[in-house]
Amino acid sequence: MSQQNAPILSVENLHTYFRQDEGVVRAVEGASFDLYPGQTLGIVGESGCGKSVTARSILRIVEEPGKIEQGNIWLRTSGSNGSSQRVDLTTLDADSQAMRDIRGGEIALIFQEPMTSFSAFHTVGNQIIEAIRLHQKLSPKEAREKAIDLLRQVGIPKPERRIDEYAFQLSGGLRQRVMIAMALSSDPKILIADEPTTALDVTTQAQILDLLRQLQEEKGVSIILITHDMGVIAEMADAVVVMYLGQVVEEGPVDDIFHNPKHPYTRSLLKSIPSILAKPRTKLATITGSIPHPYNRPAGCSFHPRCPDFMPGRCDVAEPKLQKLNERQVVSCFLYDNLPE
Amino acid sequence: MNETRQTLLEVRGLKKYFPIRKGLLRRVVGNVRAVDDVNFTIRRGETLSLVGESGCGKTTTSRCILRALTPTAGDVNFLTEKQRVVNIATVPKSQLRPLRRQMQMIFQDPYSSLNPRMTLLDIIGEPLLVNGVGTASDRRDRVEELLKLVGLPPEFMSRYPHAFSGGQRQRIGIARALALEPALIVADEPVSALDVSVQAQIINLMLELQEEMGLSYLFVAHDLSVVKHVSDRVAVMYVGKIVEIAGTEDIFQQPMHPYTEALLSAVPKPDPRLRSQRIILEGEVADPASPPSGCYFHPRCKHVIDRCRTESPVLEEVQPDRFVSCHRARELTLAGVQE
Repeated sequence: MSQQNAPILSVENLHTYFRQDEGVVRAVEGASFDLYPGQTLGIVGESGCGKSVTARSILRIVEEPGKIEQGNIWLRTSGSNGSSQRVDLTTLDADSQAMRDIRGGEIALIFQEPMTSFSAFHTVGNQIIEAIRLHQKLSPKEAREKAIDLLRQVGIPKPERRIDEYAFQLSGGLRQRVMIAMALSSDPKILIADEPTTALDVTTQAQILDLLRQLQEEKGVSIILITHDMGVIAEMADAVVVMYLGQVVEEGPVDDIFHNPKHPYTRSLLKSIPSILAKPRTKLATITGSIPHPYNRPAGCSFHPRCPDFMPGRCDVAEPKLQKLNERQVVSCFLYDNLPE
Repeated sequence: MNETRQTLLEVRGLKKYFPIRKGLLRRVVGNVRAVDDVNFTIRRGETLSLVGESGCGKTTTSRCILRALTPTAGDVNFLTEKQRVVNIATVPKSQLRPLRRQMQMIFQDPYSSLNPRMTLLDIIGEPLLVNGVGTASDRRDRVEELLKLVGLPPEFMSRYPHAFSGGQRQRIGIARALALEPALIVADEPVSALDVSVQAQIINLMLELQEEMGLSYLFVAHDLSVVKHVSDRVAVMYVGKIVEIAGTEDIFQQPMHPYTEALLSAVPKPDPRLRSQRIILEGEVADPASPPSGCYFHPRCKHVIDRCRTESPVLEEVQPDRFVSCHRARELTLAGVQE
């Protein structure tokens, strides 16, 4: 793994809000994390935690009325002379040419539902060719050859034939491979995969995860993997960001997240996941209550009504801040305040 | 486990074919063999899970058992509360209603399976109303009792489903299923639409209710981790057939069919230190309209021998209470998951 020191993408204090008549949905509230070259960063959380909106904010494709209210998203790009420069994506106009070049060029996205993300009226080949020609000056014939080559790279059998098929003619696994081929068409530096295997069967999921890992080794692409599945995180991620109700509650290397979790939410989440390693017919530890509706987010730490370590007068009054616990771990919880270093 | 438990449900030679029609005359040109000769039993108070990839026929099987679909062939023998055995597959439709009281369903999607225009009292009380059980005030009492049973405050009775979260809705669905005190509950992916932290609550609730009420569950799921937490026995399906059926402990620790082994190894383990050498199954699930010759799994099986290509294996009892459909079941040693 080529682990250069400088992050390729830095999200700093990102706030993305949806201002609606009924109130403000603070979908992302103060997310910060770094993505390093060749690394897989896992963003994990349950529904409404803001993981997808974070990804969409990075690509500047947040739907109306969502808006980035605060924060920076620094992308490091390499200029033609090999020098590197940093761009703050939040300062770019979402529809500008510069942003269009980055979206799909520097940063590519893989969606969860490969059926709805393809057009039903065009062959998958034409859709890949369109993506290729959007970012590269190639003739239609060259682009088609490149598309076939990409389909071959992602392990699609008989790519010369598959290229002329429609999305509905392909199985879920093949469709997801085509989506990956399309994302790779412009040689992106960063691949954002939003629940890439959620709609797939376990055996197909294993194939797709294996493909992502193999492509990462070959191309050195950095991956942001967004999922609700702790198992997928354990299999794939180098570093992990745990989110709850729009906020990052904990960050750290994957081994620490699973073997030395700090935040009560991370701990409870890990205990409550059904594991194939468990004894048959055993009850699971549960987190009481359910995720609050974003309109009535609890005061103070948003996890406090469900937290086993809730400290009255503290957690329900003030909001904890993300703080460095040690060299590797970052956590947002009052349990770790005023701890001697 | 109690060996003397009564058999509640016996499925024998169950087949469900969907015809493929083509041309102007809609002539039948073939069949999708969604369920192709499936056999299993469910004992009283036990959970049998049906697992497999999408399209393997697990949902179709569960629907045939409830006679939501009429099977093409086979028997579904059910032991009624009057200790009579009835074949649900062939019983006239007019006699189905009293039987359906004894078998209920919990659905996957708690959002689309509850009528948004009905209050909880109407939703949970509907099975009672339809079957003419009790007076209006009896029903009210029963709904109150049921809500308490599934961990919801009885005051919620007059509210509508939209006021509830996914986990609460699934509790409502369970309360409705329990209204008529069924013996068998068919749960088709009951927790797959829920968030992890809520999933655990529903799994625990189902386990508790089973202990309290002696329910039998047919649990249809694709998530093997969930299956491990709820099942006494597990049946693995592939392209309309059961390839292996055994006790949960046995099937997870020492699978005897290569497909079960591959399925187990594909499940992500929630521990980064166990990033293992997974078996990546090549290719795709066979097409149930034109399955391969011999054993349906042979094109993807790494233990394939010539015999597998021509001769289809039958499900046989390889060890007591362990049924496997593989020519090489007795000679292969396959890897399971350790605890």
